Order: sequence, then C-alpha cells, then structure tokens
Amino acid sequence: MYRNDMTRKEIERALAERTPESQRLIESLQNCDRRHFLRVSLKYAGMAAAAGIIQPHGFQLVNVAHAATSASEDPDIAFRFAYVSDTHLYARGMSHRFARAALKAVEDVNALEPQPDFVLFGGDLAQLGRPEELALGHQIIKELRAPVRMMVGEHDWYFDLGEKWMSMFGADHYSFDHKGVHFVVLNSVVEKDFWTAKGYTPEERMAIVSGLDDNRQSSFEVGEVQRRWLEKDLSNVVGKTPIVVFSHSPLYKLYKPWNFWTDDAEQVQAILNRFETVSVIHGHTHQVLTNRIGNIYFHGLLSTAWPWPYAPEGLPQYTVQMSRSDPFNQFDGCGDGYVDVRESGRVDKHYSFWSRNPRSVTAQQLASGKFPGGGYDGPSY
Amino acid sequence: MKVRWVAAMLLFGALSVGLLGAAVGGGPGGERERRASVGAGSEWASRAVWACDRRKMVIVEGVRAGEKIPPDRAQQVADLLTSLMRYCSEEITAKIATNQRITVAANGRIYENYVPGGPLPIVKASFGEPTRREKMIWKAELDKLVAEGDRLFHSDELGTNGIACAMCHPSASNTHPETYPKFQAQLKKVALLRDMVNWCILNPLEGEELAYDDDRMRALEAYILARRAGVPLAAGRH
Repeated sequence: MYRNDMTRKEIERALAERTPESQRLIESLQNCDRRHFLRVSLKYAGMAAAAGIIQPHGFQLVNVAHAATSASEDPDIAFRFAYVSDTHLYARGMSHRFARAALKAVEDVNALEPQPDFVLFGGDLAQLGRPEELALGHQIIKELRAPVRMMVGEHDWYFDLGEKWMSMFGADHYSFDHKGVHFVVLNSVVEKDFWTAKGYTPEERMAIVSGLDDNRQSSFEVGEVQRRWLEKDLSNVVGKTPIVVFSHSPLYKLYKPWNFWTDDAEQVQAILNRFETVSVIHGHTHQVLTNRIGNIYFHGLLSTAWPWPYAPEGLPQYTVQMSRSDPFNQFDGCGDGYVDVRESGRVDKHYSFWSRNPRSVTAQQLASGKFPGGGYDGPSY
Repeated sequence: MKVRWVAAMLLFGALSVGLLGAAVGGGPGGERERRASVGAGSEWASRAVWACDRRKMVIVEGVRAGEKIPPDRAQQVADLLTSLMRYCSEEITAKIATNQRITVAANGRIYENYVPGGPLPIVKASFGEPTRREKMIWKAELDKLVAEGDRLFHSDELGTNGIACAMCHPSASNTHPETYPKFQAQLKKVALLRDMVNWCILNPLEGEELAYDDDRMRALEAYILARRAGVPLAAGRH
C-alpha cells in the first residue's frame, strides 16, 4: 500500500516484485496527493498503465486532489456517498462552461476508488428549467458509474412546476434506507403562488425565481403536504435510527433576501427532533456552510458552476468560511465532494475543491462545538 | 454669503456695493432700480439693476449711474432678470457688456457668453437647502440610472452565454467598488471598477467590452456604487 513517506526506490522495488502487495500499491497510487504524486512521477504511472492494471487517467492531477484515506481504510466509516450539485446548465451544448464543469465533476466522482455507494445530485441541474437543459443534464449524469439519487432545485422547477423534471427523475420527495440509515429527500423549494395574480408567464416566473436577489418571488418552504408525508414516513422509524435529509435549500433560516432560507424550517426541525442523529445535506448556497441546531447537523454543497458570496448576515457560527474566490479562475470555489457516514450514523462532510486544498467538516468537530474558525465576525466579503 | 457677494462684485470691477436703483421700463411689475455711484474713472461707467426678488442683479456697462438706460438695452436687462428669476430663487449677479455679451456670476464662478433662458451649470444646492421639488427630481434621475444598471446587472444581454453579473454578485455583493482604483494583479495594471466590469463581461459572460463612457457602463457603475453605499471598508479583506 502506498504511503506518503515512501521513497522512489521503495516504490520501484515494490512495483518490480509484482506481488499482491505491489498490486495494492499500484491501486493506491491514485490516492496519493499532489505533492507525493510528483515524487511518484509519471514513470511509474506509465508502468502501471502498461501493466494494464489501472487506467492512465488515474494518474491525472484532477484525481489526486481527493483525500488520501479511502472509506475502506477507516473501519469506523460505514459507507461513503459522493455529491455533485448546482450545475445550472444552459441548453447550449457540452462546450458551455457550465456543461464542461459538470462533466469535470462527473469525472471526479467516477475516479473515486472505491466507488461511492451512490451519488447525490443536489438540485439545480438546469438554469432556466427548460426541457432541453434538463435533458442535457440527464445526459451528463448518466455518465456517473455509481447509482444516482436526484433532488430537485428551484431552477429545475419553476418553468413547468416540475413536470419535465419528474417525468425524467421521478418523485420530488421520497425516502430510502441504506445500510441502516434512513434517507429522506425533500423538495424544499416550494414557493407560494406569486405568479397567477401578477399574470407572469412560465418564462417570467422562472426568470424571477432564478434571480437569487429577486424579491418579487416568495420564500422557499417544504410545505404542509410534504410535512405530513414526512411525519408519516418517519412514523415507523425508531428514534435511534440515523436520519440523513437531503433538501435543496438549507433547512434553517439564514438570509431571507437570497432564499438561504426555509420558511417552515422550525416545523420540519420539530418533526426531526425526536431522532438522536440527524444530518441535513443541502445545495443552493454554493459554499462551505455548516450549522448545528440541537441534534441536527447541517452541511452545504459546492456548486460546479460558480460560488456564491456569503450572505451579509445570519451566517451560523459553526461555519468556517471559505475565502473569497479568484474571479479569474472559473473553477476556484467550485467543486464536488463526498460524505462519509460513520458507524454512529453521523457524517463527515468533505469538500473537494477544484483549485484549492480539500476541506472536511467532521461530525466530531460539530459534536465538540469546537471548530477551527473560532467564531464568526461577519462575512469575509 | 457676504464674502461671496463681495467677491462677485470685485470680479466685475465694481468698487462699491452702495448701489442705487432706478426704474427700468418694460421689466416685470414691482421692479425697482437703485442708483449707485460706481467708480471714479471717467473712461467707464456702469449701473446696477435689481430684480424685484432682491436676489438677481444686472450690471449694465456703459451706462452711468443716474443715466437713463436706452430702451433696447433696458429690454435686454428686463429679459435677463426675468429669465434668471425663472431659473431659480438663488442669488445671481450678471453683467451686460457694451458689446451685449452677458456674463453671469453665481456660486463664486463666472460663466461667459450666457444666453438668456439657457441652462446655468451652477450648483444651486450650495446656496442652501434644495427645495423639495429639486430633491425629488434629483432622486428620480439617480433612481432611473440605478434601475437601468440593476436591470443590466441581472440580464444576460451583456454576454452571449446566458450568464448575468448577479449570478455571482447577488445584491452587488462581492463587488467592493470602494476598493478601486487598485493594482489588479491578474490584469497586471491599475484597474478601475469599470476595468473589472469589462473583464467580467469579456470572460464569464463571453460578451464584448463596453466603452468607458457607454451608457450601460455608467448604469452598471451607478447600480454597483448605489448598492454598496455605506458598506464599510474592511482593510485586508478584499
């Protein structure tokens, strides 16, 4: 198995031996980080490729940004799922910058070894909810090797109120069990009808909702229908069962003007409160975002398309902010990532940035209440 | 106020403010004229004529104090005073030279070759509180430009790929216009806000750069600056 402190000679010797141990070394080479990758050098990548053991792309730098520890190496990690989120695709072909970014994320996730149990798509596949955008997204997502769990975002919904999205991907809210964890997927971007009275066309309605700072729209909510469904869905689940909720908007109230917000967050939290271990994974905010309300831990997802600045107020004190993105680098502040579900049912959230060091927010950090940023003094920009 | 007044008088070469008025034919009702013993030189002479509001004054060159102003020139004086009164209620001093050229002094500045009824580039507010109407007009004008900038900032029409400024900068956040000008390392030069606006149009939006004086550039700058007004500078954070 590859270790960061291995010398070239050691690697060379191990490769020459062609024992089961050297085979494992070759397989683990693709998990070495960028710095150690340079030490390993392309020579050995070539050797491994020539031996037909692994694909040469495994040695491309795009892959080595992933954490060196795989799920299988930490016995406390029950399983891992990956995520791709907020691709915001336009129907402008595969060469559009957002399509290229989405494909990059798919490549990243496909390069994870071992493969995650499934991939969460965190919503906002499309930018303007058009059928062609959703179709393009579908085409990109199909490239993922692992099974995909879909979640809807407001950009997917407000052109035809979910018609096309649901015909492609199924129900907008559902639940499933995986290795002892109960997963719930919500459509948390329900808005009260602001369009009928004003006579907005579907295009206008979508354009308004797609504007983060457009105050002509309503606020996001889960809504009564889904809250009742959630209560029913959880009625047969015992309180010790770990719960992981996927929602596009954060299931708490952060900043209303940008809909970093769920209007009925307290009511949804109240339904989840009787469970000992609840994690909420949400999209929409395009940034490192962490919160904890009682037993419920919240994590945001990175976007592949662009990072949002932090809201001017309301940022949870648990959030250690990511620094401002370099506008001159399309991929800075963007990326994908994965979630390790521990035996306890608590999750470690990993942000795999495309042009900066990866970051993790662990369940242990959140449980201890100690987090590296040491408190909140307002958004950094 | 007095200092400015004296300055204006000196600019016209008037040596005394003890002016006396005399009625001017053809002027608006209630006008009064005062006589002044102006200057001692014999090669020049002038008369000052006040408008009824006691805030506008015209110095008529080539007419001695006490002398009657010829009818055509008197009409010119009356027209000038009327137009100045219509223009604003502030204090303005004007001079009609012997060659009929009009010079206006207001707000401590001189404006040559003034045409009666024409606009005066003076800051009226400097004379005191602007009127409610003035404030409303100014706000409406500002709001119009900011609203156009707001529209452009949220529109995809500046680019070619559907992307709009607000997609990365909701509520003009993270634009920090208060930090410009600055050396923008990535551009390898000192950048103004408009240089970064153009960079964004050119790159993420894949559009064409705007000229610095393009109305759309002015509107974008107006919107960004208006939205960020009052945001404190945070050294080291940008």
